[in-house]
Amino acid sequence: MTLLETRALTASYGDFQALFGIDMTLDAGETVAVVGANGAGKTTLMRSIAGVLRNGSDQIRFDNEPIGALPAPEVVERGIAMVPEGRRLFPSLSVEENLLIGKYGRAIEGPWSLNAIYDLFPILRDRRNSPGTALSGGQQQMVAIGRALMSNPRVLLCDEISLGLAPIVIRDIYAAFPRIRASGASVVVVEQDIGQALRVADRIYCLMEGRVTLEGPPSALSREAIHAAYFGASRS
Amino acid sequence: MSWLNIVIQGVTLGGLYALFAAGLSLVFGIMRLVNLAHGDLIVLAAFLILGLVTALGLNPFLAALVAIPIMFGFGWLLQAQLLNRTLGPDILPPLLVTFGLSIVIQNALLEGFSADSRRITVSPLESATLALGPIHIGVMPLLTLLSSVVVIVSLNQLFYRTSLGRAFRATSDDRVTAGLMGIRPDRIFSVATGIAMIVVTIAAFYLGTRANFDPTIGPARLIYAFEAVIIGGLGSLWGTLAGGIIIGVAQAFGAAVNPEWQILAGHVAFLAVLLFKPRGLFPRSAE
Repeated sequence: MTLLETRALTASYGDFQALFGIDMTLDAGETVAVVGANGAGKTTLMRSIAGVLRNGSDQIRFDNEPIGALPAPEVVERGIAMVPEGRRLFPSLSVEENLLIGKYGRAIEGPWSLNAIYDLFPILRDRRNSPGTALSGGQQQMVAIGRALMSNPRVLLCDEISLGLAPIVIRDIYAAFPRIRASGASVVVVEQDIGQALRVADRIYCLMEGRVTLEGPPSALSREAIHAAYFGASRS
Repeated sequence: MSWLNIVIQGVTLGGLYALFAAGLSLVFGIMRLVNLAHGDLIVLAAFLILGLVTALGLNPFLAALVAIPIMFGFGWLLQAQLLNRTLGPDILPPLLVTFGLSIVIQNALLEGFSADSRRITVSPLESATLALGPIHIGVMPLLTLLSSVVVIVSLNQLFYRTSLGRAFRATSDDRVTAGLMGIRPDRIFSVATGIAMIVVTIAAFYLGTRANFDPTIGPARLIYAFEAVIIGGLGSLWGTLAGGIIIGVAQAFGAAVNPEWQILAGHVAFLAVLLFKPRGLFPRSAE
């Protein structure tokens, strides 16, 4: 069953058009990866779905309802949470406060609570009173993921969660994904690391210059086809 | 007059300045909005309390309690309907709009209440004093200081112990990401201004009971508030209290030397602190 869908989604920053008619679907329980080089439009796509950028109402549908014109707080209330690029933790809040703010003003039934997040990322329990921004990059990313999960989302949008992190740290963070999926959340992962995307995703969308250049399950896509879609030319 | 008495007088006066400044500090800390009408809003609240006392015959303390929710609602509406529209990357629109608001409030009060000086009388408390050995402390100045401490403690508790306080700080840090958490920055700002108006009303009560006031004295109160906030360090509520007390004590010493030097001494203290600690005594962060 299709949970989230974009239909001919366009997005612009002033005169600069960043997305040109993106069609994408996410089924319930599915993990979709969006890959592409810098400037391909991946983050713009995430920001559009999350309501940071406003779109035509019917260009984004969630649970068969148009949400394209909704502001970010209403999108969160519908059940879509985002882990933004660069973590964007709140510097004046402690780790625990950063997590708690993820469910601000709402009592949401679901598997994720403060204790569940601490079980997922035990290091955060020890650092819960530290300022969020005093943590290492990997730990900050754990806080950012936990903060998004605190709203018990049905769709989790993860924007470049491996950016700037050491491979061993990336592995630790992605190790949490099976539990996140088991909790019932569908996931959209934006990645520049194609190998990582292929490992976690049920389906992949490749973006280039604001357009989808390739889509399909990893098993059906050859490395050459992905590279061609990613870079715009075949690489030998 | 003994030096100790001067210090005590200055500290209690500083409590009033801290009350002037706390609301300004709250609004600036959360939304980076410099409200040039802050002093006039204090005067507006003082006239509201006076109006409730004279029209309904209420006890001044009760009138202040009645004025608090009215001013909260006024602040909420002011932010929701006017000031939120001015917020953005450009700092000029809120400055211009609040400057205009200052003029509107002054002229409306002049139209409604004339330029005559007024006072909220709370006799017999006005002349009541507590004698602690050789020291005599006025009951109302003492209440002013205690109220300022209670206000600062309450605001700190609100900021650091409640869900709303977390939302205030998160929105102050990064309003776009706060939106991704389900926080509506516009509503947070409206609540913050409403709370600032509660503090403004408390300040107005003590302003009106301590001295005469008229519709044009708002801008001078704004300057004291600015000085207290800047001395304390932007964003620090305890710093704001300290800033108010430093100005108050400086003014009391200035007045003791020569009554004409009272106001000047406060400004000199402000400049002296800025000279040695340009970011104030207790800046919120060391960036």
